[in-house]
Amino acid sequence: MKTFVCIKYVPDTSEAEVKLNPDGLSVDDSRFSFDINDADNYAVEESVLIKEAQGGEVTVLSIGPKKSDVMIRMAMAKGCDKATRVEDDRIATHDPLMVARVLAGGIKGQEFDLVMTGCMANDDWHMATGVALAEELGVNHASMVNKLELQDGKVKVHRELEGGLLEVVELDLPAVLTIQTGINEPRYAPIRGIRQAQKKELNVVSLDDLGIDPAEVGTDASQVVLEKLYIPEVESAAEFIEGEPEEKAEKLASILHKGGLL
Amino acid sequence: MGNVLVLAEHRQGALRDVSFEMLAVAPGVAEDMGGEAVVLLFGSGIDDLAKKITEYGLKVLVVDDPAFENFNAEKYQMALSAIIDDLKPSVLMTGHTAQGVDFMPALAVEKKLPLVSDAVGLSYEDGTLKATRTLYSGKVNALVAFKPADTYLVTFREGTVEAPEPAAAAEVEKLDSPLKEDVPYRKFVEYIEAEVGDVDITQSDVLVAIGRGLKEDKNLPPIEELAAAIKADLAGSRAATDAGWIPHDRQVGTSGKAVKPRLYIALGISGAFQHLAGMKGAKTIVAINKDPEAPIFTVADYAIVDDMFKVLPKLTEKIKELKG
Ligand SMILES: Cc1cc2nc3c(=O)[nH]c(=O)nc-3n(C[C@H](O)[C@H](O)[C@H](O)COP(=O)(O)OP(=O)(O)OC[C@H]3O[C@@H](n4cnc5c(N)ncnc54)[C@H](O)[C@@H]3O)c2cc1C
Ligand SMILES: Nc1ncnc2c1ncn2[C@@H]1O[C@H](COP(=O)(O)O)[C@@H](O)[C@H]1O
Repeated sequence: MKTFVCIKYVPDTSEAEVKLNPDGLSVDDSRFSFDINDADNYAVEESVLIKEAQGGEVTVLSIGPKKSDVMIRMAMAKGCDKATRVEDDRIATHDPLMVARVLAGGIKGQEFDLVMTGCMANDDWHMATGVALAEELGVNHASMVNKLELQDGKVKVHRELEGGLLEVVELDLPAVLTIQTGINEPRYAPIRGIRQAQKKELNVVSLDDLGIDPAEVGTDASQVVLEKLYIPEVESAAEFIEGEPEEKAEKLASILHKGGLL
Repeated sequence: MGNVLVLAEHRQGALRDVSFEMLAVAPGVAEDMGGEAVVLLFGSGIDDLAKKITEYGLKVLVVDDPAFENFNAEKYQMALSAIIDDLKPSVLMTGHTAQGVDFMPALAVEKKLPLVSDAVGLSYEDGTLKATRTLYSGKVNALVAFKPADTYLVTFREGTVEAPEPAAAAEVEKLDSPLKEDVPYRKFVEYIEAEVGDVDITQSDVLVAIGRGLKEDKNLPPIEELAAAIKADLAGSRAATDAGWIPHDRQVGTSGKAVKPRLYIALGISGAFQHLAGMKGAKTIVAINKDPEAPIFTVADYAIVDDMFKVLPKLTEKIKELKG
């Protein structure tokens, strides 16, 4: 089984205030720690599980800056074999259709059975790249996969629908699957793997190296324009309880008690 | 020209909420674009569903074909591709759901049309269609403008606007099925219903819900003590169930359960919309989170900005004392 797994390096903005850069078009992410996108971490694990079960090769593909190499090395430490990182600031990264076209350029011309992406990137929330990538490659796809079984030339997947309902569908390979979190239990990279990963092949390429015309994936090619970013007003009707932690606890207990909520 | 085509979504015999919600958005946009809003419905034996939508005053185009018995991304893409050529709608919108995200991006690539996914707002101003999206778990909004195109594609988030009131009934028009050939690549096998665990949290009176803020399962005891003191069942965010801290069937949110307890205490949960969608129906919501910007506070009644582990022991102790 030859697999490509697409991973993105994203900032963890869950615990802190987000501020915008003066251009109003990007987020000041200098204070945030970055890591592999949640769902992509599960996609990496799934690709390695498949390789361990049936052999083959896993190639990591990522569009991003040099600092994302630590994430790529980590994926290789877990068992991915090699990697391509596309670094080129001419890509209209606000448009998942452009991102998908570049990812396709990193795969086309090579043999593959499976391509896995995450179902959603935690920063931009498009949930669009994987399915667009399938169309760019001209292969089948299924999105939001939380279980998969390979059987001669086909893959049977569980797609996660709303309310916990699952849809089971079967597709012919090659195919693109967008992976949902929870499909497996991502491993920690073993020490030995971390050492080996340093020796694995990581190619850094530009659009020119991939034979992609920058005009096809840049802001002129994109049919959507990011006009502005803004911080939404947090409209909260909540009563914020103040004080030292223990005072807050006591006040909340009293409120719940008086409100007959206990 | 100027028409906004709304592809309604249904599953297992029922229309999904987002199908009605989009009817609150589409007519205004269509009017501004000089056209009208029309609903499109694919399915097999769906007269009753079509009739239900006509009650909202919009014309419904129905493709009734056994091939549409169950959702299939390839069939949807093929049919919509033909319908776009034929009807030339200015906008084609559908829900940003497990169904919508499974074909719209591919359709956009095939037809070389622009797509904005997960829109929470849509407007047409000065000749430009604009959409609002949210990023970074709701902490940042983006305003995105479409460049001129023949058809704009949009997936619209469920639960952002209220469905309109029913209006004068409109007509149903049957379309010939655009599916000319068999689609061999993807086969629907079956649905598997959501798992039911030992506790049905949709019936719980009081829920204590944990999120990624728990950090590790060894931090569970103070949570369990609070839950025991107020006779609450434990629930959690997807991050908590993915991590295995609580069983999968205790997940609250769009891909988990919708709950309506009397009291919901959210601990270390940021409040992503997928989570909020499942719990904002709770009568009283308490949120403890160390991030003052956490979107969970937008739905909370009582809020504490702090490290939950500093608050919890005293909270449980005081509650026990008050309950005597
Ligand atoms: C298709 C799809 C469906 C989804 N369905 C669901 C769903 O049904 N339900 C769901 O919940 N999610 C769902 N999600 C995931 C959702 O987008 C979020 O990723 C998830 O809800 C985040 O969970 P969280 O709030 O626990 O974690 P985070 O967003 O990481 O938030 C953790 C919070 O804990 C706080 N915190 C950390 N330490 C402490 C401390 N010591 N004390 C107090 N606070 C602390 C932080 O400030 C932060 O706000 C879905 C995603 C997708 C793509
Ligand atoms: N810059 C990138 N590099 C590699 N993969 C990406 C990139 N951006 C998006 N993806 C993949 O596409 C998935 C969905 O992203 P999105 O459509 O933006 O929500 C992610 O989980 C990744 O697997």
